[in-house]
Parts: sequence; structure tokens; C-alpha cells
Amino acid sequence: MLRFILRRLLQVIPVFLGTTLLVYYMVFALPGDPIAALFGDRQPPQAVIDTLRSQYNLDQPFWVQYGLFLKNLFTFNLGNDFTGQPIAASLARVFPVTAMLAIEALAIQAIFGVLFGVFAGLRRGGWFDSTVLVASLVVIAVPTFVLGFVFQLVFGVQLGWAKPTVGANANWGTLLLPAVVLGLVSFAYVLRLTRASVSENMNADYVRTATAKGLSRPRVVLAHILRNSLIPVVTYLGANLGSLMGGAIVTEGIFNVPGVGNKLYQAVLRSEGPTIVSIVSVLVLVFVVANLLVDLLYAWLDPRIRYDQ
Amino acid sequence: MRFTRTSKALGIVAAAALALTGCGAGGGGSTDGASNAAGDPNKVITAYSNEPQNPLLPANTNEVYGGRVVNLLFEGLRSYDANGKAVNALAESIESSDAQNWTIKVKQGQKFTNGEAITAKTFVDSWNFAANSKNLQNNGFFFESIAGYEDVSAVTKSTDASGKSTSTPAPKAETMTGLQATDDSTITVKLAQPEADWSLRLGYSAFYPLPSAALADPKTYGENPVGNGPYKFEKQGSWVHDQSISLVKNADYNGTRPAKNGGVTFKFYTDPGPAYTDLQSDNLDITDVLPSNALKTYVNDFPDRNATKPVATNSTLNIPGYNPNFQGEAGKLRRQALSYAINREEIAKVVFNGTRTPAKAYAPPVIDGFKEGIKGSEVLTFDAAKAKDLWAQADKIQPYDNSKPLQIASNTDGGNKEWIDAVANGFKNNLGIQAEIQPFAKFAEVLNLRKSQQLPGLTRAGWQGDYPSLYNFLGPVWATGASSNYEKYSNPEFDKLLKEGLAAKSTDEANTKFNQAQEILFQDLPGLPLWDQARPIVWSNNVVKAETGWNGEILYYGITAK
Repeated sequence: MLRFILRRLLQVIPVFLGTTLLVYYMVFALPGDPIAALFGDRQPPQAVIDTLRSQYNLDQPFWVQYGLFLKNLFTFNLGNDFTGQPIAASLARVFPVTAMLAIEALAIQAIFGVLFGVFAGLRRGGWFDSTVLVASLVVIAVPTFVLGFVFQLVFGVQLGWAKPTVGANANWGTLLLPAVVLGLVSFAYVLRLTRASVSENMNADYVRTATAKGLSRPRVVLAHILRNSLIPVVTYLGANLGSLMGGAIVTEGIFNVPGVGNKLYQAVLRSEGPTIVSIVSVLVLVFVVANLLVDLLYAWLDPRIRYDQ
Repeated sequence: MRFTRTSKALGIVAAAALALTGCGAGGGGSTDGASNAAGDPNKVITAYSNEPQNPLLPANTNEVYGGRVVNLLFEGLRSYDANGKAVNALAESIESSDAQNWTIKVKQGQKFTNGEAITAKTFVDSWNFAANSKNLQNNGFFFESIAGYEDVSAVTKSTDASGKSTSTPAPKAETMTGLQATDDSTITVKLAQPEADWSLRLGYSAFYPLPSAALADPKTYGENPVGNGPYKFEKQGSWVHDQSISLVKNADYNGTRPAKNGGVTFKFYTDPGPAYTDLQSDNLDITDVLPSNALKTYVNDFPDRNATKPVATNSTLNIPGYNPNFQGEAGKLRRQALSYAINREEIAKVVFNGTRTPAKAYAPPVIDGFKEGIKGSEVLTFDAAKAKDLWAQADKIQPYDNSKPLQIASNTDGGNKEWIDAVANGFKNNLGIQAEIQPFAKFAEVLNLRKSQQLPGLTRAGWQGDYPSLYNFLGPVWATGASSNYEKYSNPEFDKLLKEGLAAKSTDEANTKFNQAQEILFQDLPGLPLWDQARPIVWSNNVVKAETGWNGEILYYGITAK
């Protein structure tokens, strides 16, 4: 098991180098001088621009820039963004906010998705199943930003149940509304995955055996059907955690959440290579760890899966 | 210069949003003495803003979001009232007999909020600091008129093998020779040459005084600035990056801009949309940036809670002199024809929803000295027949190269595409040429090409006044070699008139010269004036009354809260 984890962690290295190189190059290739763009129509003295350019290594060729960035990264010194703020500090500000949002959204989709999915799967073709199927189709079909604006208007402005934006006071409560919006689409997928999986497993031999053994219905459902049905769901949720952490740019924008998505959006507008790649680096780690956790969960869900040969 | 944000991608809708006609639609509301008295002087106002781009040092702040904070934290020798009139603040008197040698008397007994006294020396030290090239202050060039600026701001230029030159700060002196504090209350300033409107600049943020801590460690100070203005930081660390800045009333302030509320908290938004929603639910008190889709609805969404006032910002369509189609006598006729072919009135009404006013000159009407009907300004009226006729005349002199369409370069965010399409259609229909937008995703790309003279066609340009002066709309934009004269327009006669205006004894005399200089611009038409802008603001139910100043910045100190 340990060897498996180690091997997976070692895979981070090429993935990490590849993604950072690619992203760094794409930012580098953006047209326009990012420093001059900071100032608009009235430019500061040329010495200011030139000093800033050399401070951010923008006067260097691509490979030198990238090399210096890697060097800084491995010495845990991410440097400053174009507003002169330490990048490390801003990462430390945005990631907890987005983590809260992602966990909340994930919890919503996992709990409600699995719950509804099991009920729908157990009574396939019933009224609950049909309603939920249609509803989830609607949710999948409506784009997130529409959901976002509608929820914001209805619950934030008209009903006044929640603050329409998050802003400076990000906590579990204020993030609930964006989390619901964010979780809703994946909730529909989780529901459908669970439903399909459950209704398939219901007719499996081991379920019949369990029932024949005289186990109670809840025990059969929870310990046998559900546990075996969760593998595709867990795969989906794991991959989803990564993308949720990547910052739901649209949702964070609508609700003014000071998280990764908003930061990334601004950094892209400013062509801030170091900020963008720093965020991407953390995301790579999140993705890898999330997928590792999913793999480990497989082993727990299905004891036949073994990682040590 | 405070145009940066609006012109950039980030400013997004600002550019589109700041433009409402001066008709003050529905503005004002029921606000006079009675409701003012009912205002709560201790209530804290929340206001739309975004993360400042630099540490909060006045001479380093050249964008709107930092600028609005700095203006509340500091008080300079002068300040501008709501109409852009410069009034003495910390200055007791500002005198000059020849527009070159100035004597400024500083009010005594003024203090920063940390107790440090403000004397003539405070100003001298602050200005020398800001002008010093080593300190890399964005607004350092504001001191360029003072004798000895060249030495303090000197740089060495080095050119590498590939021919790219780099400037490195190398000041030859620490203080400007023309700037002296003769005693605690007197500043004497000698300018390199006479400048009649120099004293108008003294209200600009670059001229604010700085406490000694700022000069010792600007970066640390800029995180928690200590000033002398109507507001101060609520506490150390009031600037929560990417989230907010909290200011509270400075109880010791006794200047020209007393705070009518208990404080201002700037909440940061990366997009004006959520802010608009927040305003609708009273979760935010005031904004000066509306999402573009709200321009048509804000008067209905906020009845009696909106105001629109003209600001000192205008737009032009610049014609690079290097384009062979627009050179010589034929080029001159063609430039006139293009101007006649733009239906400013209609575009202002239809595209901007009646939210911009057609330009009447190279400076907007809110600026002191503005004159309507300058000789040559008739080109600003729409006249399709005349346009066609002039174009035909030009073709006789030198045929027009119609192989490529005439392109109008612009970033396409901020609602620019709509009006450029309209202008291009005007060219197509009235001149019979091909015309189209040359779209760019980002403002930076256009700027780069403008600087390196690579744009094939026309380009959109905008200017917001740094200080309320006619010269500010002409000198930095059209004078030979000026900092924002990217199309490299040059006319010695124009330069001469500007110089004469600067040397004039009185502001009126100066403005007469500047308006004569505009006649030359109208002859040459290096850029076609398009429209002047106004800024709409809306406020929540918590606010009684608010208004914007001459440059469109909300007068936060004057906001009264319920």
C-alpha cells in the first residue's frame, strides 16, 4: 500500500513540470506588455516600467523566466504579483475560501445525490424516480450562470434569505448559496450515477443471497447494494473535487467570492504568469491527492481491489 | 492619469458605464437641508471598489481604485470642489507675479493623524521624494515643471546587443533646486519656465504631504498609510487584500472636505454585476460603475437614488500620420470627411442610450476655459453630403488605396464594439469605403501597437483629466513628444501656442491661447473628437444623497446616511 502511494506521489513530478511549463508558456505567449498594460493611457516614467520588468524577469527569454520561477518555487519563495503583494499570502487567502466552497458543494451533491439516487434506484419507474429524473435533466440543461443569477435574485434580493454576495465575510453560512448553485449540476450527475448503479446491483446474486440469509432490508441496502454501487460515484466526486477547487470562475464571479476563481480571472487579465502558475501548481497537487484518495477509497469499498502485488 | 482602469479589460464596463448625458435623469431625489439634518453622521457607508494596484502612496497611485482611498486619507495644499474649482486647503495663500516664481504660505498647526506636524519642509521633502527616479513613483513626472527636476529624476539608458534600451534610475541630486522651504510656513518654488496653470495642479494627489515614516519605508507605510485627510485607516491592517479597505472619520480634521458620515468601507468587486445586485438589496451603499446591461434600467431600478453628472473625460478617434492615405493635402480633406461622416448625435443616443454627449472641442465642457464654436469645430457636425464631397476632392489629388478596409483598432470589451461598428457603418454608407473594427482582446495589445506605430488604421483613444485644466487635455496628448501622444502628432505652431498659454499672466489669457491652439488641432485633425462622458452613480436606501466631483470620483465625504 505504501509503495502504491509513493509511486502515485512520484507521478506528481512529471505532471507538475508539464502543466507548469505549458501554462507558463501560454501566459508568456499572450500579446501585449503586461507592465505597460498596468498603467493604461498615461504611462509612468520609463525607468519605473523598466525596473518593474526586470523585477519580474520579464526582460528575460522564456526559458530563463521559467527556470527562475521554478527555482523560486522550490525555495518556497513565490515572489510578488504585479501589485507588489506576495503571491504566497494571496494564495493563503484564496484557497481556504474556495476549499470551504468546494467542500460545501461536494457535501451537498454527495449527500443529496446519493440519497435521492438510492431512493430512485430502489423504486425504479416509480413516481419519485420519474420526478427526480426529469428534475435532474432540467438542472443539467440549465447553465450554471443562469442558475446563479436566478438564485441570487430570488433568494438574495427578493426573499432576502441570504446575502446576494459573499465579499469580505466568507464563512460556511454566506457560502451556502453559491455552494448550492455550484453543487446542483453535479448533484444531478451523482444522482443519476447512483440510481443506475443501485438499480443494476439490486438484481445481483449477492443481494439475493443477503436477503435469503434473512438480513434486514436497510442492512441489505446500506451494506451491500450501496457500498457496491458507490465506486463510479466516488470516481466522479473525486474528479469533481479537483475542478471545484480549481475555482468555479463563473460562480465565484456572480457571488463575488474572494476565492481561487476570482484570483485566477484577475491574474489572467493582467497576464501575471507567476500568479497563474502558482495557483495551477497548487491545483495539480490537489488533483493528484484527490485522485489518490479516490483510489484508496476503492480498496475500502471493494476489498477485492488490491494495490500491492 | 486615472484612465488606466477604465481602458483596460478589468475596467470592463466602466468605460461604457461612465457615460450618461448631463441630463441628470431622475437624479437628486428629495434632498436638501431637512434630510441632511436627519442624516446619521456616525453611520459607515459601504462603497464599490477594487484592489488598489500599488501601495497607498499618493505619488505612486495613478489608478482609480487606489486614488479614491488616497484622496480621502490626505489633504493637500489645495483641493477641488464638486465643480472642479481649486480652493486653498492647507495653503493659506499661493502667489506669483510672473507665473514662474511661486510663494506658498502653509497653514500652521496642521498634523498627521500620528501627531507629526505638517510644515513647509514636509511638502518639500515629500515632493523631492516623489520626483526622485530612485523611488520609482508612478506620478513622479508631475514635478517636471520645477527647476532641478531633471537632475533628481535622471536615469541612465543602456542599450543591449539586440538594440533594446533600458532605463535605470540614476539621480544626480537628491533635491530639486527650485524647491525650498524658507521657514516653517513658506515654500518657494521656481519653475523651469512660466506656467500659468501650475497652481491648479496642487490639489492633485501627487502633491499631498507625506509623514517621515513614508519616506523612510514607503512599502511598509503604503500598507497602513497615515495621512491628514477627512478619513483615516480604521486600524492597522484595515486593507484586507482582495476584499476591502475600511476608513473611519478623522475627528481632528478641520479642512475643506469634512466627513458627513462615520466612515467608508470600500468593498472589492471583480465585476460590477454583483455590486449592482448588492445595491438592489441594500447590501452595498453606493457604486460608480454600473454593469453595461444596467445602463438602460438603472433609472427605473433606483428611482430617486441615482445621479448623473458630466465628467472631465473625452474620447477621440486618432488617425496616425504614417498612414499614406491620410498624408498631405488629400489626407487633410479625408480626415475632415471622416469627421463629417460620423453621426455623433445619433450614436450617442442609440448606442449609448442617450448617455454621452457629442464632443464640441478637444476638451469637455466641464473644464474651465472650455469654448464652444472654435474655428474649425464645424467638422464635428454630421454632414453626409459634405463628407462625400470632400472625399471626392481628395481622390482627385491622390487616389485612395481601397485595397484594404479602413480599420478601427480597439479592445472589444467594455462595450466598445457597438459604437465602433456604428462609426464604421457611417464611413461605409457616407464615403463608400470599406471600414471595420480591428478587434483586440485586451487593451494592452492595442497600446503596444500604438506605441510602436504599427496600427494600420484608426485607433480609439480616451483621456481623463488629471486636474481641471484646459492645458491638461491638450499638452500631454497632442504636444510634440508628449507622454501620451502615441501617434506622434507634431505641429510647432501648436506647441508654440501652448507654451505661450503656459507663460500667460492670468488663467483667462492662458485659456485664450489654449483655445487658439485648438484651432490648429481642428485644422490638422490628428484625432477626431467623438464624445464627452458623464458618470451615473446609484445608491442604496441607506443613503440620503451623494454626488460626483469634476473627475467623476464620488465625493465620499459628502455622502449623508440615513
